[in-house]
Amino acid sequence: MEFRIDRSSGLPAYLQLVRQVREGLRLGWLSPGDRLPTVRDVVASSGVNANTVLKAYRELEMTGLVEARQGSGTFVKAGLGTADPEVMGRLRTRLAEWVREAREAGLDDEDIDALVRSVLSNDGEGVAVR
Amino acid sequence: MTTVVEPVEAAATAVRAQALGKRYKDKWALRDCTFELPAGRVAALVGANGAGKTTLMTVLAGLLRPDEGAAGVAGRVAFVSQEKPVYRHFTVAEMLRMGARLNTVWDQDRAGRWLERFEIPLDRPCGRLSGGQQAQVAFAVAIGSRPDVLMLDEPLANLDPLARREVTAELLGEVAETGMTVLLSTHVVAELGGVADHLLLLAHGRLLAGGDLDELLARHVVYTGPRSDVPPALGKVVEARHRGGQSTFLVELPEGRPRPVVAGQWAERPVTLEDYVLAQLAATRKGLKG
Repeated sequence: MEFRIDRSSGLPAYLQLVRQVREGLRLGWLSPGDRLPTVRDVVASSGVNANTVLKAYRELEMTGLVEARQGSGTFVKAGLGTADPEVMGRLRTRLAEWVREAREAGLDDEDIDALVRSVLSNDGEGVAVR
Repeated sequence: MTTVVEPVEAAATAVRAQALGKRYKDKWALRDCTFELPAGRVAALVGANGAGKTTLMTVLAGLLRPDEGAAGVAGRVAFVSQEKPVYRHFTVAEMLRMGARLNTVWDQDRAGRWLERFEIPLDRPCGRLSGGQQAQVAFAVAIGSRPDVLMLDEPLANLDPLARREVTAELLGEVAETGMTVLLSTHVVAELGGVADHLLLLAHGRLLAGGDLDELLARHVVYTGPRSDVPPALGKVVEARHRGGQSTFLVELPEGRPRPVVAGQWAERPVTLEDYVLAQLAATRKGLKG
């Protein structure tokens, strides 16, 4: 995989790397057993500092998503468990109802987006999703 | 007033400055400059023109004697000044031979690889190379000397955007391979994200801020909302802007407290390095600080 860094994002570069691995897992183009690129590969391909890559890999290791195997690299350990399909379905239905209500109140997509973001950013993570 | 340039003992610190000061006639170009740069870091030295960046690097490199305080660097230093000096009548190959003669440690392969990477002809006199190519020769000689600490004054100036990106990537590759420490001064702040992991911010000869970049930025936040004299959360206001009915604050959050939650009409966003540096520089210009 190739990482990309958005230098105008306020999100620290190491968190951008973490997010891209999680995204890869969620979207299915990374799966357990896959090897992440070596630190040197990432440095050469994405122009990020080795310390930044190490920090990202450490963070992923701490959350249990990857493991470092002595001498052979960093491997994906676990998938990102998506929720129970039944739960997902319920959440989706409720969200659809909520969106309908928002539209009836005159909100457009951008308003809804802003509202969701402000709720998300006040939910402890404190980082806006771009 | 004592002036000592001493070796740094602790292996974990690559560069140390202790109350460093340098005066030109009766004007202080650098004053009270104290910091420690851990080994293996890539530090960006940032500040307005005339802030003292070149003076600081020249003193740290041991080329200029400080008038106050002490500076120490662990191991061997290579310094490439802003002019990227090369001898006009030397060919590129001769520049490398000179590097080999003048340095106690020399890695010809490493220097050669750098030049090859940037397609610099070895048999051409440096005077007939472009400015960008001359810079590459100066970098190659510095890299070839296998420094423990590499100091680069405005390495990216006069390079086109592609070359800037390539030089940065190659440099970071060298850092990953050798574990050397890099201190580079630059105005191209917007391109530093993920490149530098340490910041030294100079203004009027004094160090405004310094430390781990991620930690520094994580302690700051931008709030935008309805016009107000104060930000929606406690903290030190670094910059406040008011336009029409809107106010924007860049705030340094108090340490050791949970991140405040702002609600209602206020929106918050994380601070980029560029936001931070511009706000700090603007604040010093308005005389809000020191």
